[in-house]
Amino acid sequence: MQRLGVFVCWCGSNIAATVDVDRVVAEAKVQPGVVFAQDYQYMCSEAGQNIIKDAIKQYGLNGIVVCSCSPRMHEATFRKAAEAAGLNPYMVEIANIREHCSWIHKDKEAGTEKACVLMRAAVAKVLLNTPLKAGESKVVKRALVIGGGIAGIQTALDIADAGFPVDIVEKNATIGGRMAQLDKTFPTLDCSSCILTPKMVEAKTNENIRLITYAEVEEVSGFVGSFKAKIRKKARFVKEDVCTGCGVCMSKCPSKKGLNEFNMGLNNRPAIYIPFAQAIPNVAVIDKTQCIKLNTGKCGLCEKVCTAGAIDYTQQDEFIEEEYGAIVMATGFRPIDASKFDEYSYSTCKDVVTSLELERIMNAAGPTGGVLLRPSDGKHPHSIVFVQCVGSRDVSGRGKPYCSKICCMYTAKHAMLIRDKYPDVEVHVFYIDVRTPGKNFDEFYRRAAEQYDVDYIKGQVGKVWEEDGHLVVRGVDLIANEQIVLNTDMVVLATAIEPDPTARKVANMLTASIDTNDFITEAHPKLRPVESPTAGIFLSGVCQGPKDIPETVSQAGAAASKVIGLLSKNKLTTNPCVAHSDELLCNGCSCCEKVCPYGAISYDTHLINDHGVKETRRVALVNEALCQGCGACTVVCPSGAMDLKGFSNKQIMAEVEAICL
Amino acid sequence: MQKVSEKVIARARELMHDGTVSKVVGWKAGEFFYDCEPNVFETEESLKDLVYNRFCGANLSKYMIKNSIASGGEGAGKVLVLLKPCDTYSFNQLLTEHRIDRENVYILGVGCEGMCDIDRIRERGFKGITGVLEADSGNELVITTLYGEGKVNIDDVLLNKCDSCKGKAHKIYDELISDNEDEGPRGDRFEGVRELEAMSPEQRFAFWQAELSKCIRCNACRNACPACSCRKCVFDNNASGIASKANTDSFEEKMFHIIRAFHVAGRCTDCGECTRVCPQGIPLHLFNRKYIKDINDFYGEYAAGEEAGQRGPLISFTEQDIEPGHAVVKGGN
Amino acid sequence: MSVNVSVNEPAVKAAAENAAGANTENKEWRPRIVAFCCNWCSYAGADLAGSSRLSYPADVKIIRVPCSCRVNPMFILKAFERGADGVILCGCHPGDCHYSTGNYYTRRRMALLFSMLDYIGVERGRTRVEWVSAAEGARFSAVMNDFVAKITELGENVKVGDLRCKK
Repeated sequence: MQRLGVFVCWCGSNIAATVDVDRVVAEAKVQPGVVFAQDYQYMCSEAGQNIIKDAIKQYGLNGIVVCSCSPRMHEATFRKAAEAAGLNPYMVEIANIREHCSWIHKDKEAGTEKACVLMRAAVAKVLLNTPLKAGESKVVKRALVIGGGIAGIQTALDIADAGFPVDIVEKNATIGGRMAQLDKTFPTLDCSSCILTPKMVEAKTNENIRLITYAEVEEVSGFVGSFKAKIRKKARFVKEDVCTGCGVCMSKCPSKKGLNEFNMGLNNRPAIYIPFAQAIPNVAVIDKTQCIKLNTGKCGLCEKVCTAGAIDYTQQDEFIEEEYGAIVMATGFRPIDASKFDEYSYSTCKDVVTSLELERIMNAAGPTGGVLLRPSDGKHPHSIVFVQCVGSRDVSGRGKPYCSKICCMYTAKHAMLIRDKYPDVEVHVFYIDVRTPGKNFDEFYRRAAEQYDVDYIKGQVGKVWEEDGHLVVRGVDLIANEQIVLNTDMVVLATAIEPDPTARKVANMLTASIDTNDFITEAHPKLRPVESPTAGIFLSGVCQGPKDIPETVSQAGAAASKVIGLLSKNKLTTNPCVAHSDELLCNGCSCCEKVCPYGAISYDTHLINDHGVKETRRVALVNEALCQGCGACTVVCPSGAMDLKGFSNKQIMAEVEAICL
Repeated sequence: MQKVSEKVIARARELMHDGTVSKVVGWKAGEFFYDCEPNVFETEESLKDLVYNRFCGANLSKYMIKNSIASGGEGAGKVLVLLKPCDTYSFNQLLTEHRIDRENVYILGVGCEGMCDIDRIRERGFKGITGVLEADSGNELVITTLYGEGKVNIDDVLLNKCDSCKGKAHKIYDELISDNEDEGPRGDRFEGVRELEAMSPEQRFAFWQAELSKCIRCNACRNACPACSCRKCVFDNNASGIASKANTDSFEEKMFHIIRAFHVAGRCTDCGECTRVCPQGIPLHLFNRKYIKDINDFYGEYAAGEEAGQRGPLISFTEQDIEPGHAVVKGGN
Repeated sequence: MSVNVSVNEPAVKAAAENAAGANTENKEWRPRIVAFCCNWCSYAGADLAGSSRLSYPADVKIIRVPCSCRVNPMFILKAFERGADGVILCGCHPGDCHYSTGNYYTRRRMALLFSMLDYIGVERGRTRVEWVSAAEGARFSAVMNDFVAKITELGENVKVGDLRCKK
């Protein structure tokens, strides 16, 4: 037996001036199930709320309708009041007779009539409401950061500073990521290592941070608040806690043919190596493809020279299983492969390099010790041509349709640094546009062009080839409107950046959605830029879209603050207005699963008792912690097995009928 | 057709005999030779009633929901199902929707040269029909009657659903018995839809009003449709808010047919069973083909059941999809 | 403050009957319009239209749904069956859905449904989808004014309703 109460608010004169509240009350009283109706000047005031509370108690109301302002304004207030009086908060419906009625209709008759209809619809709906209980789920107070570049490090540091334990999982043997490979950073020209390495050390020493390097996330299950991850820690063949990082093994290792990844393959490194001098952890790792001992069983030199006894050729991959409340993706980027662009002869001419390779060439710890030398013959170049937008803003399908954002600035940086250090070197830059939106960015670019005399040529390069020991660049100067041919010693390609290939794998594991370029999609492009649509998954750095270091760091901090906000809760209350599947009606067709943006629907095959008939059936199951209650699944379900609590098919149809009455 | 028919029946017996299958889902002649109806044969003996002829229009895919799932269990053999080329689309669609346990099914693809409509034969003046035989010329049928025999052109007496044909290729099978080369699709299946689209809204309304007012809500269309395979239909479910069993008002039959067509939109393989089984002769396929045509026009060609595991057009989207307002204009032209 | 407690008061009953009676008798025909608005964009847009006092006819009655993708074609047909003269569905602009993809599904579903309604002869224009953001109060009002005008022009819906619902 329904015992409903209807409360009509005047909102001072906001409602009462154009809606005859007495008539709404009178009309309410004759609605089915309504046993009490009353109006009041300000229902949201304490006195108004007390009227509601008293009526609930006095008349034993089991559902109420408040005719007032928008539910977006005071639904929560009235739900709280109802709850305080012992009524389930989801037995409250709001008829919006202010924003949707009194404020827009000047004619009192029309306004009153409409208010009555809206009240009637709300009553019809609340008749079908069922008490709902917000679910609770635990929050594991530990975060996982996937990726140990500047984005991951900053996020982890901020979370750790707030007192929560964080694990950083880094696939390489050291943290530091791309930023560690950079020489100087724009627009301030400070040394990249000088600002990054202290942060790396901080990450190592912070007692709340655990670094899991040379490791990859293998499996993730669960949902916001309690994810379970399985992490594969690849065998280093070096005991991490024993190795002192002295580097003796590196100098003795007879296998020195491995390409030095840190130097972009521009020189070689031994089979046992520490990626770079400031690596964290400063521990050697054996490249098992290069190690003679691991491949032939002979050698074992490193074991002999290691005074700490850290070498262990029998080491196996280890698995770490851990629970996390939140996961941050900071999987970063890589430059795209320049060899698909035949016209630049990257794969055939040694002196055609990518910007990241140039970065290593210019770095004091790089293959040339920081001296600008041509890779082919180690001679000093007298002319360098930079080519911008290699694979960026490219809709041909070979490259990427987006702007990689950082190339204009780092090219200006390279040009400026070269002109500064080697004034004899001519520098030409071919560009489509120069994009410099950032603090002090345009000033920086202009300095390169004006003070350092860098020759900016608007136009694209058509072909690069080798001729008589130098390179020839043919391009077009769009401003002079002429073809130009330049003889030069080096060509530097500003290759587009793309999400690291691990991002797709990780995103799939986390059911985080990715866009057509494999960047992780944010929950809202403007309002929730560091969250993934999947609750509990956050985005940090270039995995979300191209960005420079300051942007990455600020986004990393933003992601951390979201994680801290989540982890500081003891319990998560879940929105009870979620989808629910009636397993007796479910056909098991998987349509709902396919339209769910949150991966909240899974299928289970189990024994079902359908009115006495026992059958094993495949049926949909909604994970209430993941479901956000959009209702997309309800409409693809032809049998109506999938319905949405709080906005059920029957409730909405009852509203429709009440309005059309 | 005769040869294929003999081979099919012999092969079904063989498969049952050697224990490959324990059941056969096929057609059985009814009271009259042209009343072929779906049947589950559970014994070798019962297979004497198995037929395959010009009147086996019924699409047997839907029967595999129950028969493939129920047959699971230790020791139970597979279930043999006879599928014509167009039936395989429905079978695939049901596989996509996890409604059939493929493991338990043995599909014998059977060649088809078009199925006949006894009413269309009668319309050509034949009375007291006793048999329909293949003529030697290939393109004709010999109709034997109590009063003598006559010939008809096959194309004149095909089922409505065979007026256009998706082609002779089976999309899924374990074994094939067919003499036909696939010549691709035949006939313009959207002709009827286009004719309606060309009418004025008033004419269209009058057309559907006249057609749908014949509906007696017998649910034959729903029961025959392989896509309409919900365990419980929303129209039978009191909790759904739209349950109804009879046409109590002038809109309800429209509501039923629009919702039915919408529920199968993107899943309907255009098998034509709805129209074939309608006792009132309502051209229900014109609903489904409208959706298929719109889907093709708006979102690119899509054939439900072309292969198992496809992602249907209503569970996909692109960022550049047509706006509903434009769709109405485009769909109408 | 007036406090009316008992339902059995004859005066109250009379007032209620009066209110009900005023709905149907001696009045010019006004269209019945059902508007489904998603909670995050369009419902908020309607709120903004309200707080900006941007008027539109009272014939429009809004039903709040979490997302436009919650709207089942059954709701729309039901509205028509029960005598609605027009049904409008409002959601976030494509790309801005609170649930990321909901309105993309809505767009496909409604494109097909509306085309079907047109196909059975229902006047184009009785159904509409509009994308209205939370900031577009003015647009919400303009859309509703326009829709009501179009429906008024089309007149009473006699094709798709249960005629018994019409008084």
